[in-house]
Amino acid sequence: MEPIDQELEEGELELPSQPMSLNMGPSHPAMHGTIRVVMELSGETILKADVQIGYLHRGFEKMCERGSWSQVFPYVDRCNYASPMLNNVGFALAVEKLLGVTVPERCQYYRVVLGELARIADHLTCNGAMAMELGAFTPLLWFIKGREMIYDIMEEETGARLTHSFGRVGGMAQPPSSNFKAMVGAVLPPILSILGEAETLLLQNRIFIDRLQGVGKISAADAIALGWTGPCLRSTGVAYDVRKAHPYLVYDRLSFDVPVGQEGDNWDRFMVRLEEIRQSVRIIQQALEQMPDSGPINVDDPRIVLPPKDEVYSTIEGTIQHFKIVMEGIKVPAGEAYGYTEGGNGELGFYLVSDGSGTPYRVRIRPPCFAITQALGGLITGVMIPDVVPTFGSLNMIGGECDH
Amino acid sequence: MSQKLLDILKAQFGSDILETKSEHGDDTAVVLPGSWLKIARFLRDDSRCDMQMMVDLCGVDYPSREPRFEVVMHLHSINLRHRLRLKTRVGDAEGDGAELDSVVSVWSGANWFERETFDMMGVVFVGHPDLRRILMYPEFVGHPLRKDYPADKAQPLVPFREGYEKLPPFDRFEGMSFGRQVFRSGKAD
Repeated sequence: MEPIDQELEEGELELPSQPMSLNMGPSHPAMHGTIRVVMELSGETILKADVQIGYLHRGFEKMCERGSWSQVFPYVDRCNYASPMLNNVGFALAVEKLLGVTVPERCQYYRVVLGELARIADHLTCNGAMAMELGAFTPLLWFIKGREMIYDIMEEETGARLTHSFGRVGGMAQPPSSNFKAMVGAVLPPILSILGEAETLLLQNRIFIDRLQGVGKISAADAIALGWTGPCLRSTGVAYDVRKAHPYLVYDRLSFDVPVGQEGDNWDRFMVRLEEIRQSVRIIQQALEQMPDSGPINVDDPRIVLPPKDEVYSTIEGTIQHFKIVMEGIKVPAGEAYGYTEGGNGELGFYLVSDGSGTPYRVRIRPPCFAITQALGGLITGVMIPDVVPTFGSLNMIGGECDH
Repeated sequence: MSQKLLDILKAQFGSDILETKSEHGDDTAVVLPGSWLKIARFLRDDSRCDMQMMVDLCGVDYPSREPRFEVVMHLHSINLRHRLRLKTRVGDAEGDGAELDSVVSVWSGANWFERETFDMMGVVFVGHPDLRRILMYPEFVGHPLRKDYPADKAQPLVPFREGYEKLPPFDRFEGMSFGRQVFRSGKAD
């Protein structure tokens, strides 16, 4: 029998050599967060990538312009839903900057402890999800076990596991519960041991290492020009942490290290987050030691803080004070301020413009992962399709924050 | 430290700086829109300023003012640890003619922030490499963060997009689906 291709001229039965376009997302099982990546492929290599966001846009900035300053807290909760407490604290600090008030010392420590707990939960979620997307499901369960312990504390303190809305302008909604210190102190050792166990599952795993090391590299200069902050910037070797560079609350009294990476690849981002969990534990331990056991939580200013409930029900002053704050909102003097804190993903900024009424004129949320996600297209150009998943995972894009 | 920064700007650009102020610990310089790009490049390159990072860029709408929009940029120097808020004012009362030079050539990170400001406020950034909507969809009419855009307004559902109407930068002839591929069998007749 004759071979079948004998009559064919050379080169006629070639496979298509034109690039193929592939759509990934916005709803993709291996990508947490709603993001669409349109890729142009040559074989499995990505030639061009277009990252499209906005699928979780809920118009927070518009909604903020309708209520009072206190009514913004539920919205910022839903921005970075992996660490809502950090957002609460960040927004409260920004408004307090505009008002020119400082919360009492006890409240500052309370905010630090709750914020660092939220940061641990954020990093545990990110690293766990990253491992899961690469097929390692057990570490995710381990990390989530640690996160559940933190959520239990949050539930005990705030009444809600995820969306606390616990921050207030000029303080917090409630003082710390009576066994707050004991509760937090008891949860730190188990979290560290969980972290150690999960590390033994991952850090010596050849497959895991190979898929992270050297993938998604970025130089420090590029990262700075792109506006990267937080763990992603530190993975490139730039030791910029808002808590160190521009200390707020009581961070200048607490000693902690800023872990940095060298290569700026996925592995470094993963390792920086792991180390930051340990540093957060250090911060919490010191803050618990220094935190006063008694004292006021809220600032002593009837124009800002709601009166205690028994006063509202029994005195005319309390009733009026309560009514004015609830119905008219806190009167923030006209002006503008930019408050910035270290959120779970980097510098979380709030640019606030007030016209002197009880309603914000403009609340601009500067989400850290907006700047980080815009680099995704560049990071995945030239790599293979499977590398998209760990690269995207290590950036820790949070849809609610990125899309406002 | 930062008051020095405002002094440097005033000495360098003089009448291009409309006003400067420092309140709540933030330093602000309001500049003419025409010198926006020039000042941005100076702030990045001058060793006394050294603003390597553009932290944030957004718009604020003041319908009663003329020019109507304020474009606000927050800059940060990691080495010198100082910050600056740079503002400029563009657009007439109707919101038209709001044009500003893009600073993507200075900080590549400005790309998405300018797209967002264009999307939300309708400020057009001249020289932007890829100015299209980012948070809203292409068929959306208007700019939602303008004060005159009703917060409860609903827009019609978008009809199903045909496959070939790919969003830029991929036009209909770029890329290829398997269905369109024609294999030649080699037997012409």
